[in-house]
Amino acid sequence: MEIDDGGIGEVVSKDGLKEKALWVWQQTLLLHKRAPETRVASSLSPIEIFTALFYGGVLDFNPALPLWPERDRLIISKGHGSICLYPILADLGFIERDSLLNICRSGSLLGAIPDPVIPGYETVNGSLGHGPGVACGIALALSKRRQKQSVIVVTGDAELHEGAVWEAVMFAGHNRLDNLVMIVDDNRCAMLDYTEKVLSVSPLLMKFEAFGWAAEEQDGHDVVSLSARLKELKHEGRGKPKVVIARTVKGHGVKALEESSLCHIMSLKPEEIDRAIRTRGTKI
Amino acid sequence: MKEAPKPRVMRDVFLSALYDRMAQDDKLMVLAADFGSPVLDRIRSDYPGCFLNVGIAEQNLINVSTGMALEGHTVIAYAIAPFITMRCYEQIRVNLGILAQIRPLNVILVGVGAGCSYSVSGPTHQCFEDLSIMRVIPGLRFFSPCDAGSVARLLPRLIDDPGVKYVRMDAKPVTDVLSNHENDMVSGFSVLNRGAGPTIVSTGIMTHVAMDACSQLLNAGKITPTVVDIYRLSPMPDLAALGSVLAGTSVLITLEEGFVGAGGLDALMWQFMARAGLKIPEVRNVGWSGGYCFDPGKREELLKLHGLDVDSVMEVVSQCEK
Repeated sequence: MEIDDGGIGEVVSKDGLKEKALWVWQQTLLLHKRAPETRVASSLSPIEIFTALFYGGVLDFNPALPLWPERDRLIISKGHGSICLYPILADLGFIERDSLLNICRSGSLLGAIPDPVIPGYETVNGSLGHGPGVACGIALALSKRRQKQSVIVVTGDAELHEGAVWEAVMFAGHNRLDNLVMIVDDNRCAMLDYTEKVLSVSPLLMKFEAFGWAAEEQDGHDVVSLSARLKELKHEGRGKPKVVIARTVKGHGVKALEESSLCHIMSLKPEEIDRAIRTRGTKI
Repeated sequence: MKEAPKPRVMRDVFLSALYDRMAQDDKLMVLAADFGSPVLDRIRSDYPGCFLNVGIAEQNLINVSTGMALEGHTVIAYAIAPFITMRCYEQIRVNLGILAQIRPLNVILVGVGAGCSYSVSGPTHQCFEDLSIMRVIPGLRFFSPCDAGSVARLLPRLIDDPGVKYVRMDAKPVTDVLSNHENDMVSGFSVLNRGAGPTIVSTGIMTHVAMDACSQLLNAGKITPTVVDIYRLSPMPDLAALGSVLAGTSVLITLEEGFVGAGGLDALMWQFMARAGLKIPEVRNVGWSGGYCFDPGKREELLKLHGLDVDSVMEVVSQCEK
């Protein structure tokens, strides 16, 4: 596949990016309509993150060769909350578009929690807290070979409850893995209640900085500025790993989800999905 | 019987053989959870780019090993046996068990301190459960070599046959009980002695206990047991080959430095008998019972306390002959 100056999949216009994000949002809800078992609220909060990564010119990838040696490695640690990636992978040609119709059906590649049988997914992430450590190992190996590719790992905020995450955070800081970027989908809502009430993880910036990371906060739903910032950050040699705390809203774009502390386990009825899509529209 | 050579520490022989391989293979990487040895120090100084201490963080040890293996390294993850198996069992399950079914991974988990190798350190440093839980993960090959010679012969297979492997090693010096030609490193077992008495199937240090019992019985002019060492618990030993050794056996004694009746070697052999269609009239399962042990002491003393020393094994053998 030919790679043009804009990069595979890159949407150069700001409006184009926003429309793309909206399209992904709509497709995610339609996937949930077909498979109510999917964790829709968790999958709505990182939409702009994944849109920025794939359409914002951040990641280097090749859909025809998902394990292309020169790709940036994307580790999706919050696997359950990445159903929104399915339409992106279909749109870009990692998977057949028709596979979106068969989500959660017998024989389908696409389950409620993605596996690396799906081109575009590199690791097993149904269980939380594994991604950062695996990402560290990949980053270390790339660094040993002096390869310029980056490793991006996307986690949830409540996922940071897992001790294994902090083993990895300490390791990355101590070993100055500056080719590693973590993006925390900080939607502030765990499964049974808001993260702050279950087990507070804040203050995140200070914690990551204390472990030797360069840390910053961004608006996780501003796909344009997120794209620009992630593109810069990937190339910034800070001599330390980098984390972006992306402020997001769990269930973003669907009022009933946004307003409930239990949205993690909520499934939407078909008519609620139709109404949400009608209300928000499909054009920016 | 031949005179046994000088006892050797398995992990030192393993690491020495690894050191020699590193001269030709720059993909080898040793990751340790803040656990070392003098031979490891040589690897650290001569191949600094091929060694990393990840700290006392076994979950991260497995995860980082996975990441490096995904990028083509052959990773040796090295720690004390109970910690590398149980502290990070879910990481082993998810990142080495499940992931290895989809993406190629070459990872060797080395657990030092099988059974009560660390006899004065109390139950947290003793490792019995691995005999069952490390058999369970699909695709994970589980090796339990009984001597340093076996370890050295195993190393090329561990490195060159890709996949996920766990090697359970004793922490203390042990004598070599197997000669080169008796141990093919393919069938999963070795026959150390053929006798007219019961058949003892054992693994690790208990093979030494079985052979000591054998030696004493021989010196006393008594019938000796057949002794079979199981050096590969998963996949189970070759059905046809071990089946033919056990065919005609009227008494089988399983002997393990592991919890008896808890899914270890005894369960493996019951499963083996069922699959091989063997009907052995009498089966005795000998292993560690009574729960965790808080007594410090010499290895021999703890084994005696739990009916796993030479005298106890000889007693079991004599009971079976009645």
